[in-house]
Amino acid sequence: MAKSKDSIGNTLIVAISVSLVCSVLVASAAIILKPRQLLNEEEFRQRIIVDIAGFDQSEADLSTLFARIEPRLVNLATGEYTDAINLEEFDAEEAALTSDLGVAVPADKDIANVRRRAIYGEVYLVRSGDKLEQIILPVKGAGLWSTLYGYLAVDADALTARGLQFYAHGETPGLGDQMDKPEWRAHVDGKLLFDSNGEPSIRVIKGTVDASSPTAQYELDGLAGATLTGRGITALVHYWIGDDGYGPYLNRMREEAQQ
Amino acid sequence: MSDARKILIDPLVDNNPVTLQVLGICSALAVTTSLLPSLLMCVALTSVAALSSAAISSIRHHVPNNIRIIVQMTIIASFVILVDQLLRAYAFETSKQLSVFVGLIITNCIVLGRAEAFAMKNGVGMSFLDGLGNGLGYSVILILVATCRELFGAGTLLGYPILPLVADGGWYQTNGLMLLPPSAFFIIGMLIWAVRSWKKAQVEKPDYRIHAVHRTEAL
Repeated sequence: MAKSKDSIGNTLIVAISVSLVCSVLVASAAIILKPRQLLNEEEFRQRIIVDIAGFDQSEADLSTLFARIEPRLVNLATGEYTDAINLEEFDAEEAALTSDLGVAVPADKDIANVRRRAIYGEVYLVRSGDKLEQIILPVKGAGLWSTLYGYLAVDADALTARGLQFYAHGETPGLGDQMDKPEWRAHVDGKLLFDSNGEPSIRVIKGTVDASSPTAQYELDGLAGATLTGRGITALVHYWIGDDGYGPYLNRMREEAQQ
Repeated sequence: MSDARKILIDPLVDNNPVTLQVLGICSALAVTTSLLPSLLMCVALTSVAALSSAAISSIRHHVPNNIRIIVQMTIIASFVILVDQLLRAYAFETSKQLSVFVGLIITNCIVLGRAEAFAMKNGVGMSFLDGLGNGLGYSVILILVATCRELFGAGTLLGYPILPLVADGGWYQTNGLMLLPPSAFFIIGMLIWAVRSWKKAQVEKPDYRIHAVHRTEAL
């Protein structure tokens, strides 16, 4: 018994059958639970949008609050709203991969390692009464290990950041996830996205922001121990508020706000 | 005391995996800032320990010696993924807080330790109870640490306010240290001290003794 147990044949049989049983178990669990997990992720994404819009979540349930936000589709190149595609059917990730709705990002502009983007982009408009309060833009880009997905809230002046939150990333727990902390999220509010020449200038610095520094209004606290995640955040915000991202749209909104 | 009862009860205090064997400290530091994720972590670890011990024990006569560790790891890893998928489907928000630590149950010394030390030599029922007992032993410590940390660090338990905070007009000033990882070290250290003062048999012999130095020796 002891000898046959350790024979090469038995070793192979045990190794293969254990792997087979385990992989069937894992795969079926993943497939059966997938729809529920996707539902959770979608709900979490909506919760982030509602949260960044500044709604009080104890006031009403998530779907009621989310319905108060108006989603629109923007043609990124012209900055104009478009109704070319039904928003319900639009998925920026999928569209980016198609040949008619997606374009490759030119290498010299691809600071956030996006590679391909859709020609349209979603925006979420938050109003109070008739007055536009905030514009929420989806952002994504490479951090250290993973792609970060999140939302940037911009004031109706299209100049001031109101919030930046991520709903999915795989950065180092405890170091690269410091931008998920409430204090860090809160300090984004009021920072300026563009300098006086209209160039994207908000950035994650090294160390904490010195409030007396002349550039403090463009600076976000560094993520100690996660320099590359911080650089990734700077790059992805610059890309999406820049010329190749929502820049034309934000320019248009800024001109409208100043009139 | 019957064997089965002994196997189940022993790891709670007398042979606790955290305070006596000092295993599984990593996750005990990381997930205990508040009680809810800790409870979830306890359920996850206990079920993985119990189920993997039972599964490994059931095939122990067939597993060749030279690949036994990798077979144990495969089985443990499968149960961990299963638990992780279930949490993502039914406890999404808390599983976000636990982040990688559910996945890291794979490398938790308690699970593999019990598989290798107990399940490979004992029957399925006993192995299940052994895994369950050790999981519960780990849970007792985790719950104690998390209760201390959430109560004194944030003045709440399971999110419900217990101590009125100064910030809300009460009298309790929160202790920020409790929310940082080192406080878990202090609490576990004090627990080990308390348990060893109570159960003298757990006190280890010192590895070496500092003896009085004679003047001639020093010179």
